[in-house]
Amino acid sequence: MRGEPQGRKWSRRAVVLLPCVWLVVFFLTPFVIVLKISLSQTALAQPPYSPVFDLSAGWAGFLDFARQLSLESFRLLFTDLIYLLSYLKSLQVAAISTLILVLVGYPFAYGIARAPRGWQPLLVMAVVLPFWTSFLIRVYAWINILQRDGLLNDVLMRLHIVDVPLIWLSSDTAIYIGIVYSYLPFMVLPLYAALEKMDESLLEAAADLGCPRWKTFWLVVVPLSLSGAAAGALLCFIPIVGEFVIPDLLGGSETLMIGQTLWTEFFANRDWPVASAIAITLLALLLVPMLFYERLQQRSLEGGR
Amino acid sequence: MADGGQAAQEPVSIEKPPLVRFEAVTKRFGSVVAVETLSLDIKHGEFFALLGPSGCGKTTLLRTLAGFEAPTQGRILLDGEDIVPVQPHRRPVNMMFQSYALFPHLSVEGNIGFGLRQENVARAEIADRIAEMLVLVRLQGFGGRRIDQLSGGQRQRVALARALIKRPRVLLLDEPLAALDKKLRAETQFELMELQRKLGTTFVIVTHDQEEAMIIADRIAVMDRGRLMQVAAPAEIYERPNSRWVAGFIGETTMIEGRLGSDSNIESVLGRMRVAGSSNARSGDKVWLALRPEKISMTAERPNEGLNAVAGTVSEIGYRGDMSVYKILLSDRSVMKVALTNVSARGETPFSLHDLVWLSWPPEAGVVLTE
Amino acid sequence: MRRGASLFNIVSIAIGLAFLYLPISILVIYSFNASRLVTVWAGWSLIWYRELLNDTAILQAAWISLRVAALSATAATILGTLAAVALVRLGSFRGRLLFSGMVYAPLVMPEVITGLSLLLLFVAFNVDRGFWTIAIAHTTLTMCFVTVIVQSRLIGFDRSLEEAAMDLGCPPLKTFLTITLPLIAPAIAAGWMLAFTLSLDDLVIASFTTGPGATTLPIRIYSEVRLGVKPEINAVCTIMIAVVAAGTVVASLITKGGAARRQREALGAQV
Repeated sequence: MRGEPQGRKWSRRAVVLLPCVWLVVFFLTPFVIVLKISLSQTALAQPPYSPVFDLSAGWAGFLDFARQLSLESFRLLFTDLIYLLSYLKSLQVAAISTLILVLVGYPFAYGIARAPRGWQPLLVMAVVLPFWTSFLIRVYAWINILQRDGLLNDVLMRLHIVDVPLIWLSSDTAIYIGIVYSYLPFMVLPLYAALEKMDESLLEAAADLGCPRWKTFWLVVVPLSLSGAAAGALLCFIPIVGEFVIPDLLGGSETLMIGQTLWTEFFANRDWPVASAIAITLLALLLVPMLFYERLQQRSLEGGR
Repeated sequence: MADGGQAAQEPVSIEKPPLVRFEAVTKRFGSVVAVETLSLDIKHGEFFALLGPSGCGKTTLLRTLAGFEAPTQGRILLDGEDIVPVQPHRRPVNMMFQSYALFPHLSVEGNIGFGLRQENVARAEIADRIAEMLVLVRLQGFGGRRIDQLSGGQRQRVALARALIKRPRVLLLDEPLAALDKKLRAETQFELMELQRKLGTTFVIVTHDQEEAMIIADRIAVMDRGRLMQVAAPAEIYERPNSRWVAGFIGETTMIEGRLGSDSNIESVLGRMRVAGSSNARSGDKVWLALRPEKISMTAERPNEGLNAVAGTVSEIGYRGDMSVYKILLSDRSVMKVALTNVSARGETPFSLHDLVWLSWPPEAGVVLTE
Repeated sequence: MRRGASLFNIVSIAIGLAFLYLPISILVIYSFNASRLVTVWAGWSLIWYRELLNDTAILQAAWISLRVAALSATAATILGTLAAVALVRLGSFRGRLLFSGMVYAPLVMPEVITGLSLLLLFVAFNVDRGFWTIAIAHTTLTMCFVTVIVQSRLIGFDRSLEEAAMDLGCPPLKTFLTITLPLIAPAIAAGWMLAFTLSLDDLVIASFTTGPGATTLPIRIYSEVRLGVKPEINAVCTIMIAVVAAGTVVASLITKGGAARRQREALGAQV
């Protein structure tokens, strides 16, 4: 642009530079290090891996360092069934709970979007409010209910539905309950946003053209809310794959989800290279859905212009 | 601005130099050309309108004058000084925005006084001038109101006062009345004219409403696709459009195609038309005769020899209250529009559907256009 | 189509809200239970709260968590707001795609990955882990949330307001400070609060990046919870819920109060 003074340019540059530098240092660089360590080997040292890259050794040091890199951790990942099952378990849990979330979240979001205008902000607030309380607290709340001498068994036994207390905790059921509970707001809000934007007159037009209500729902409402559903599903699916707290507190010990495996490798086994390799593979696995989500996010934001 | 100062001192013309001069201004947005090598002068104290369909570049041109867009090429002179390098906040012009752009977190007074507070004007003087402005736009007593407590018309007047308080060299108005309803708009048009005469400030208004431009402006620049089509007083633009495009854009027109004969006649499929007045067309050229509906007479009998006349049948009647518009189907299947004032108070039109009628007009009623 | 009248809608809202609030309500109620057992109701009591006051480990962890949250939320708000301004206002600049990618990625990045990678960074550069490393990690995690909130506000922002200010003689930087910033302030405040809550809430990333002497409240609660339900933890959770609820109420009062104060100022300016 013509006539733009130098000072303006500098302030513009600073606006980008500050967050950019922060993200490069604390978000991008760490991944390079993770990649590097995933190619290293475990060592009984501090830090517990080798080779350690030594800047002072110069070019020769770099070549030496490069020669010592190995794919050992990745080989282990693909040969030992534990890791493969762990990945599959994570994907399975994420897929099933995302499906449940869509089925539970849709009527909820639809109900809010069709509620009287004056009520809507209050209802949205009610959905968001639990999100403001701690994630950990919300998972913990379910332990209170699901444990062996917990509230659920108590109620079931008093109603004489069961005679002996059932095992709820340490099961996949508990994981699904915990995940659906914790992630429900993430599903409801994008869905509500998409449904709320919908022009009321579209439904009236469909009715006017002789379309019954249930058909209007399938032919008009659902297609138009698809982008919201996709955003909500991705917003849930991606973090659930890497979820740690919920399966750790509510799940059993048979098959671990990949987040737990990573945690165990790192904290219990102190195998940093394998933990890094797990992280790299997980990232590769989630890259496509993540890029897809970013596209959606970008489009919804820019569509508002 | 040393060179600009020199330019202002040069005695270039005997006439008073224009207040604003666009010199071959071009504005491109990527590959889109919004304004194409446009040159235009705006005189001191005039009420100037930029008129054109949406997307013609009129708002872009206004924004280059305000400084929000820098022209890709060309110069913009204000009192002989090139203002292109001057940042918007240093230009002695003020703008009234289409959306009004009133600051929602400030009161009416906060908005009106905003411009003065940017200069080191004494508090007492700011208060005085705000009071003066509130009187000028008839908003006394509204100074403490919040913006969202005002009606649309009141907001419009706050925006006007805010733009006028700094006594700009040029006041720019971007579709200032577009958000008002029809009645209020008509009233406000006259208020704006009165205000402009009272203050003597140069007003430049952007509008897509040709009626508004005709009522309000001393001169109109008609724009299309980034180019100036015609710059003239409203009556001239209406009565003497310089092209078929302008004739068609302003008001209703019927166009008769033909060739100019040797003795200022037009040979057309409807017969020979006599025309008066000058045009730069030579005999044998392809020309169009542009006729305004209200200039055409409609009779049941064939009119006398002195007039141009064609015969046809009434195919449609549009009743508008004060007048009716008739569509007349001519022998060559073309349609001519005629407007007749409804003199009868009984709500009946002098002609009915399918009537055989004669249309006639004197030679000087039409305009001969070559492009 | 009529609004809100359908029985189906009412039922789905009711079930949804019950599902969201029942577990929390049970937790709150049982924090006042005199008995240690969840199934036995032994009457109302504040015993677990009293016990909490003597638990210095938890109190210390809470204090650390609050400090980390306040610091990281403030840093994240500054960085996140700048990033939002860059994304909305600077149009296309070199590296914009990479920049927006980096800004949004932490939103959905699994926490174990972010936590692990930050820890390895700190180890590689031999940084002592503790309070500061958690604060840095939380800033990185939460700034993208601030960006998203501020960005959507900026996109809805009427640019002509800024043009009007400049047209009236206000220089660009002053325009940003006196016009833009006050008008996007609610979004920035909401961003800060969200960043604060997320930091207070985080277990995974804090576990990776923490060091000796910097046990945050979630880490503390987690280690207790793994061993089963403890009424003291119910009490801690209840207090946290109360703080959040109070914060939400105060926030809505502040925004309302702000409007009222502006109105008073406007009236004052008239006199």
